[in-house]
Amino acid sequence: MSYIEIRNIFKIFGPNPKSALELAKAGSDKDEILAATGHTVGLHDVSLSIEQGETFVVMGLSGSGKSTLIRHLNRLIDPTSGEISFGGEDILAMDIPTLNAFRRKRLGMVFQRFGLLPHRNVMDNVAYGLEIQGQPRKIREAAAAKWIERVGLAGYEAKFPDQLSGGMQQRVGLARALATDPEVLLMDEAFSALDPLIRSDMQDELMKLQTELHKTIVFITHDLDEALKLGDRIAILKDGKLIQVGRPEEIVLHPADDYVKAFTRDVNRGRVLRARSVMQPISDQAPTEQMTENKINHDTPLDEIIPYFLGSTEAQPFAVVDRDGGIVGTIGRDNLLDVLNR
Amino acid sequence: MFPEQLNVPLGKWVNQFVDWLVINYGAAFEAFADSLLTVLVALEQVLRGAPWWVVLIAIAAITWHASKNWKLVLVLVVAMFAIGMLGLWDKAMQTLALMIVATSLSVIIGVPVGIAMALSNRLRAVMLPILDTMQTMPSFVYLIPALMLFGLGKVPAILATVIYAAPPVMRLTDLGIRLVDPEVIEASRSFGASRKQILFGVQLPLALPNIMAGINQTTMMSISMVVIASMIGARGLGEQVLMGIQRLDVGAGMEAGIAIVLLAVVFDRIGQAYGKRSQRNPSAEDA
Repeated sequence: MSYIEIRNIFKIFGPNPKSALELAKAGSDKDEILAATGHTVGLHDVSLSIEQGETFVVMGLSGSGKSTLIRHLNRLIDPTSGEISFGGEDILAMDIPTLNAFRRKRLGMVFQRFGLLPHRNVMDNVAYGLEIQGQPRKIREAAAAKWIERVGLAGYEAKFPDQLSGGMQQRVGLARALATDPEVLLMDEAFSALDPLIRSDMQDELMKLQTELHKTIVFITHDLDEALKLGDRIAILKDGKLIQVGRPEEIVLHPADDYVKAFTRDVNRGRVLRARSVMQPISDQAPTEQMTENKINHDTPLDEIIPYFLGSTEAQPFAVVDRDGGIVGTIGRDNLLDVLNR
Repeated sequence: MFPEQLNVPLGKWVNQFVDWLVINYGAAFEAFADSLLTVLVALEQVLRGAPWWVVLIAIAAITWHASKNWKLVLVLVVAMFAIGMLGLWDKAMQTLALMIVATSLSVIIGVPVGIAMALSNRLRAVMLPILDTMQTMPSFVYLIPALMLFGLGKVPAILATVIYAAPPVMRLTDLGIRLVDPEVIEASRSFGASRKQILFGVQLPLALPNIMAGINQTTMMSISMVVIASMIGARGLGEQVLMGIQRLDVGAGMEAGIAIVLLAVVFDRIGQAYGKRSQRNPSAEDA
């Protein structure tokens, strides 16, 4: 069993959700239910398993239910029906004090429009989670100072949110979420409100932090490039239904339907795809002498391999090696062209 | 003509109800009136007993604390000084005491009611028409039963003022809390804040500018009640206006009217200065 288990979640908005639930379970879609009952289907039979330590990205356009989904994980929204558990613990069974304790200790959340407390300075914002836990001032300020430094805002402790740029505000949001050392980081379109360059910086920063922290991160976005860059695995939502779940390469190489295919069309494949997903596996073809001279790691992005083959049509294939140095496959000019043209 | 058979004897019922209140709960109302009166009389004695320049210094200090603006301090001190020059200092102090008690009572009742209205849509739906009634009902209508319950004098004046002046602080407390950014509340909930922690740590501090605006309006409205309050026996500037009307002494009425306006200006400016300050945490000034 995975760390976070979401099973058959339905969420229906409206005055009498139970009535519409029967229709949804019987297979009616969002538009039919809206026409028949006036209820809006937020999530339609969503089941997901999220592993400890992975970055799990939920991607969808507005109205797809992605923000509703992430709010189920800390019960800011309760499902109409379904089950949610963390490490085997059923969070829907928790009463309010237990739920608050669970939120305080184990979860941190980052919001699209930052959700900072405008009447508190950076220090007090970052220390907020610890204050809610009831930690003494000394301890929470020490922890807050550490995280403020970590996200690159040392010297801004006494500034107020409205004195900071968007990127800096979101660094505060990130520091605030990390300051309680939660197991799970929920990020709701955390970088969507930022300028493209700042957004890219923040993505890099998050990936860097994650290599050290190994948190379980659930990241919501409407941007497939962002999903492919950050996600160990990606779930694609449409109209409250789960369309596809998979690793970035699987999404790009084997889109589940035309909807996903339309998204992946404009993706820079050279950056997303890695050698191992394009290579000819070793069982198909024995390695030759020259190939052993040109070894590359199986995680190398295609972007870094392409220039070598651009030089000449005569270029020899690479041997692809895994983490332990064993040859697992080969990659040649034909493999690359095949994938990039698809 | 409207058919007489359809008449409802509402007036008679109200009379019976008030009689019943007076007979059964007269003692309780009197006890309440006495405690209110004790506070008011003590405050009045302090204000009237203090030398005029002590009161001026106190007002200057409060204005400085609120605004950190010496020009405003000067203007308000001059305004208070002018009241003294009109020969109305003592009466102004009586009015001031009445206003402070009425406004404090309005805020003590109004802020919690406003909070409750913000947290419950049902209560809000009930309260809004009541507040409209409180503000539009001619005050003489409830002055009569108030007189019967509390007798002539300061207490019914305070109650009439509270009924008229409390709605703005209730409305603006409700509005202020409802206007707090829902994402900030959501963020607070996501960190496991209890309802109490959200109310005192997030909603009230962020609603404070609106609450201060409400308190300011409440103060202004309580000043505007002074003339009516004087009709049921409250002393002070209103009494002077009333006397001007009764004796057709235009000059005396005008003097008292100007003093009321000056007092209102002083309170409005101090209230606004506190309102402006509350928009940002005080520690921002050090940043």
